[in-house]
Amino acid sequence: MTEAEYQAISPSDFFYRNREIAGFSNPSRAIYSAVRELLENSLDACEARMVPPDIYLRLTEIDTSESGSSIYTLRIEDNGTGVPSEQIPMCFGQVFYGSKYKLKQARGTFGLGGTITILYGQITTHKPVRVTSSTGGDIHDYDMMIDIEHNRPLIMKHTVMENKKGWRGTAVELQLEGDYSRSMYRIHEYLKQTAMVNPYADIIFVGPKGRLYRFVRATERMPPLPRSVNPHPHGIDVETFRRLAAVTDSRYMKTFMTEHFQGVGEKTAKRFLRAAKVGLKVDPKTLAPDDIVRLVRTAREFNDFQRPDPSCLSPIGEELLETGIRKELNLSEDDFLKVFQRKPATYLGFPFIIEVAIAHGRTVAKQIKGGITIYRFANRIPLLFDESSGVVWKVVNKVINWSTYKVSSDTPLVAVVHVCSTKIPYKTVGKEYMADQLEVEREITNSLRSVARSLRLYIARSIRIARERRRLDIFEKFLPKIAEFSTKLSDKEEPPDIRPLLEAVSARIPEVEKKISEVPQIAGEGR
Amino acid sequence: MQEKVVKKTERHRESMELALKSIGSLIYEQIENREFPWIMIQSRSTDNIVYDPDLRQYVLGGRTIRRHARNIRHIRPLTQLVWTSWFARELLKLRKTSTLREVYYSARGQRDIEFRNQAESDNIITDLETALNRPREEFNLFPEERSAIFGDLTIEYTVPGYEGKRMNLTEHPDGVMIGPALTSSEFVETTADKVLVIEKGAMFTRLVEERAHERFNAILIHTAGQSPRSTRSIIHRLNRDHGLPVYIFTDGDPWGVHIAIVIISGSANAAHLRGLATPEARWIGVWASDIVKYKLPTENLTDTDLKRLKELRDDPRYKDELWQREIEVFLKIGKKAELEAFSRYGLTYIVDEYLPAKLEAV
Repeated sequence: MTEAEYQAISPSDFFYRNREIAGFSNPSRAIYSAVRELLENSLDACEARMVPPDIYLRLTEIDTSESGSSIYTLRIEDNGTGVPSEQIPMCFGQVFYGSKYKLKQARGTFGLGGTITILYGQITTHKPVRVTSSTGGDIHDYDMMIDIEHNRPLIMKHTVMENKKGWRGTAVELQLEGDYSRSMYRIHEYLKQTAMVNPYADIIFVGPKGRLYRFVRATERMPPLPRSVNPHPHGIDVETFRRLAAVTDSRYMKTFMTEHFQGVGEKTAKRFLRAAKVGLKVDPKTLAPDDIVRLVRTAREFNDFQRPDPSCLSPIGEELLETGIRKELNLSEDDFLKVFQRKPATYLGFPFIIEVAIAHGRTVAKQIKGGITIYRFANRIPLLFDESSGVVWKVVNKVINWSTYKVSSDTPLVAVVHVCSTKIPYKTVGKEYMADQLEVEREITNSLRSVARSLRLYIARSIRIARERRRLDIFEKFLPKIAEFSTKLSDKEEPPDIRPLLEAVSARIPEVEKKISEVPQIAGEGR
Repeated sequence: MQEKVVKKTERHRESMELALKSIGSLIYEQIENREFPWIMIQSRSTDNIVYDPDLRQYVLGGRTIRRHARNIRHIRPLTQLVWTSWFARELLKLRKTSTLREVYYSARGQRDIEFRNQAESDNIITDLETALNRPREEFNLFPEERSAIFGDLTIEYTVPGYEGKRMNLTEHPDGVMIGPALTSSEFVETTADKVLVIEKGAMFTRLVEERAHERFNAILIHTAGQSPRSTRSIIHRLNRDHGLPVYIFTDGDPWGVHIAIVIISGSANAAHLRGLATPEARWIGVWASDIVKYKLPTENLTDTDLKRLKELRDDPRYKDELWQREIEVFLKIGKKAELEAFSRYGLTYIVDEYLPAKLEAV
């Protein structure tokens, strides 16, 4: 009989051993995830500063291994807030396990993805990461590695430079093993879709073959920053509740409830605590585990709280989303594009907003084969994997009956769905697709139906115009022939003038064409 | 005499040319008046084809349709009609003839007007016949030829290069093909006192060999199955203009019966035309009762044959006693016999025995 040996492992060690969870399961997936994590951190940093992001991303192949994958240098530069010198080692050299008691929409958990990328680079190449950053003052440059066992940064070199040009931002450069050729398609798709929902960002990507791809900024306007809000009692879990109770300054449960949660006034707090059988004057720090479990459970079923506050959300907005889609799909004025933002809703105490768009028309037909192409976004992050497992696919392919909207199975369509929430209902830890959570599914369905109604008008009118055109074509084809042969047949010299007849039949077309351009506006009524 | 013939055909040609030209003028003026051009023609849909007991043929009823350029489904056929009118007038001007097949091919290369198939071009030609109330032969469009004529009939050609030239139709022992030249010729004189119409080529040849034309003093016509309109027109002329009685001799089956009736009462397809039917013509065999009487070798009637017979029974053209009786006999015996069946009694039996008996009987 052997004695089992138990030991605590650090978060770094945990991710080292379970790196597939974070999307680093193989070289092609890893290089995609690395690009994604670093880019998202940069975008967040720029948005925190409210400046339109200028991002430069470069992948350089430095060595080939026999397995087909290679060693690459990945470099990213942004013009975000920058990281204060003293925080750089912790931010980039330690897997950060933060306790957040306030909620707001963010792309990822702060810093976690970035650090895992660095960790992955280190374990595949054993090379340090270089972080260069300035918050406006001196430029700090760190070469460092992560001490995996103890989850702490190992600084190998730190230099301070004068910031003559007043640069602000962060640059990260690391080496990692990857397989670009296999992930190239996804990386490009990821960048394109990122540009679609961040039309205010300017992104340059230089690939390993030296080719430069630029996603040009289409607007300087940015969506307003989300506000931080207290969690809603419906969405609290036992662990968060326990930690809150441990750190609070409130001495009584009543004030604890009103101060740390949203949607709870004095009266509601009283009624809620009575329902949970906890005294108003109990000190939160003295709550027994059973009390906490009971409080959380009661909160889930208690219906008198106000609705969750959506001001912590940062949807893209119809105008910006339209700009982004138009730009990345190269839509012309003649194409159909309808963007729609649905009013906030909630599930399990988490507020969420659905934004959708449908694009259709000649330009779309040129880019995609027939059928519906889905672009999914969660908090402005494109979701590229496991499409058919997700809720958006389900709504598009199973719930909505497209024939209602005159869409046939080979009609080329682009459907864009953006879910923003303080908690995206991901189905798995891989965060690649969203679960068919009841309220979310319903809101996505209703939003898409709302834009599909405009699409129906557009298609109906396109069909009518096409029919009118065909009619006119026929008249234009045969009337001259009738004129020609009736002239010959009747021994006349000059053919009769058929223009008045052609004008009579073409008179109907411009009228219909005018209506078509009105379609995108009409859709707003859906709200 | 010669002068007169040529003049007559010339007048005919000119009036036809004028009729075609008037279609062009009509359309030209409609367009000039900012009107979508249209042409009114009698409807040829089945519900407008009625049997006229006085004329003893099918005729078109009173319903008319307008081929209107405003109508998206009509504009193409209307254009084709105008083109075909022009084409026909050119034929008349150049004194040339053409076939249905050639019309179909001539439209090739005329973009957008092109006929999809010959059925379509044939249909437009029939439209033109209906619009003008004249058979297409008058504007020099003929079907592919296969029927022939033999006997003592002198004709005078009117086609270019042969004007005034005469020929006796006994000159060629295979018979003379009934083509545009023969159809447009004048019948000058004949000593024959009847016309014998035969469905099949082999029997026609036999009759020529056996000098049936002399023995029966007849003009022999071979229809080669269902008779073409030019052939029916010739039979009509021989009967009407020269007073020759016509006797039709076909296979003893529903299809042979129908070949006879089309010569006598016309077809639904040509209900818009006059001068093709010969109501005085008589069907002399092979009757169903002949099959019994002469104990002819037979075949069984097929399901299609039986179905066809029942259709014929209800056709107004078949209401006379002879037809009804023979159809009943066919149905009763369930047999059919071909003309060649008489060979059982020797090759000349039909000329020596059967035909004289039949001609005697009627």
